[in-house]
Amino acid sequence: MKEIVSTMTGSVFQVHVKVGDEVQPGQEVVILESMKMEIPITAEQGGTVKEVKVDVGDFVNEGDVVVVLE
Amino acid sequence: MARKKVLIANRGEIARRVIRTCKQQGYGTVAIYSAADQDMPYVEEADEAVHIGPAPVAQSYLQMDKIIDVAKDLGVAMIHPGYGLLSENAEFARKCQEAGITFIGPSPEVIRQMGDKLVARQIMKQAGVPVVPGGETEAQDVEQALAQAEAIGYPVMLKASAGGGGIGLSVCHHPGELEKAYASAKGRAKAYFGQDHMFVEKYIEDPRHIEVQIVADQHGHICHLFERDCSIQRRHQKVIEESPSPFVDEQTRAKICQTAVKAAQAVGYTGVGTVEFIMGHDKAFYFIEMNTRLQVEHPVTEAITGYDLVALQLAIAENQPLPFAQEEVKREGHAIELRIYAEDPVTFMPSPGQITLYERQEGDGVRFDDAIRTGSRITPYYDPLIAKLIVSDSTRTAAIEKGIRVLNEMKLEGIKHNIPFLLDVLNHEQFRAGNYTTQFVKHLREVAR
Repeated sequence: MKEIVSTMTGSVFQVHVKVGDEVQPGQEVVILESMKMEIPITAEQGGTVKEVKVDVGDFVNEGDVVVVLE
Repeated sequence: MARKKVLIANRGEIARRVIRTCKQQGYGTVAIYSAADQDMPYVEEADEAVHIGPAPVAQSYLQMDKIIDVAKDLGVAMIHPGYGLLSENAEFARKCQEAGITFIGPSPEVIRQMGDKLVARQIMKQAGVPVVPGGETEAQDVEQALAQAEAIGYPVMLKASAGGGGIGLSVCHHPGELEKAYASAKGRAKAYFGQDHMFVEKYIEDPRHIEVQIVADQHGHICHLFERDCSIQRRHQKVIEESPSPFVDEQTRAKICQTAVKAAQAVGYTGVGTVEFIMGHDKAFYFIEMNTRLQVEHPVTEAITGYDLVALQLAIAENQPLPFAQEEVKREGHAIELRIYAEDPVTFMPSPGQITLYERQEGDGVRFDDAIRTGSRITPYYDPLIAKLIVSDSTRTAAIEKGIRVLNEMKLEGIKHNIPFLLDVLNHEQFRAGNYTTQFVKHLREVAR
């Protein structure tokens, strides 16, 4: 199981994946909005999306898990 | 009689800066704040402060009706919108007017016209203000494109009207390049955007961003307060501004400042405002837009002219005539503004968090307009600008040296910030030589890589 964590504090602007999607290394899975900037959260490794832990508008802290891959 | 009250419909450093002048001028002050800003210094510095809503701006600082209701309840006479947020919102200006509250800025109609790029361009063109040539009639085939380019002069930019993000843009230096680019760009435009309207526009290579500060009363007097050079930008946002511009000679200065006055006249401008231009290597300049508000970098102009621009805004809003004529406006020395952002100095990614230490010393030619203190929390909801350092001295070199010294002496800990980046620029040979354009930061980063 691989967890993709937020690199920053902010609110979720867009979610680009859903459960069952194949994700490639480097792919943007979630876009955060922080300090008037859009910040992509990318998958370091590839895998299949097992769980999406955030919704558009959610507030996340640095280190929070946003997507779980298997 | 009770003091007149001004409500500041903004936050952070600009709210604090406006409050300072309002107090000096004898006005009562009302701050508004979101849940995320309750501990900010500006909130306690205002005479009254009202909680306006949750952290996101849409639910707090952009709540027009709520803000106007607060103003009415507290007997506010004038609303200062600062910059950003509602400052260039014609509807807000109109709502203030309807509520019998003075909006500190130009009329809703002027805000609306200048907010529409095409309308603004049209007005400026008619008034004889230079705009970037071309870009108005479609080039339906390659012959038309070539004829237009001939009339405009090379280099030109070939643009797909539906383009964006750099797709469908090609720079052409001679007819051969244009012919080739036209054939391929038209095909790509069709494929990408489903339509292939092509336009030819003058390409301004490696330009500078030069803007002119305008001040106009409600009695038809308009003056300029000289130019600012704002070419040091990252992510299309200004980082360092200075006046005078090291690139602009006296003759060009006189010309661009007079042109800005003409632009302000053309729209019947009132209040303080800024006319922005891009300037090529040949010192030809073209109107980009007019900002109908106080700018972030206004302290640069204050430092070289000695005027308080917020005090002028208040006086103009009170229907007073400008207290000076153009020939009385003098500038002295050199001023540089350094924007301190809560962001990584290399990637420019924002860095929210808590400030564990903040210490800075103001002094002769050293001004800080800041929003923070030790313990302040920088939240992810707003712009990363947390402080501005404005240094001024008799010469540009002395101002640069002062900037380096003050940045080295100040303490800012707990978050990432761009002070190392600012120092890189101030120490850079080309910057020190005054030899920089809007591409400077990009080049600096490419060399570093």
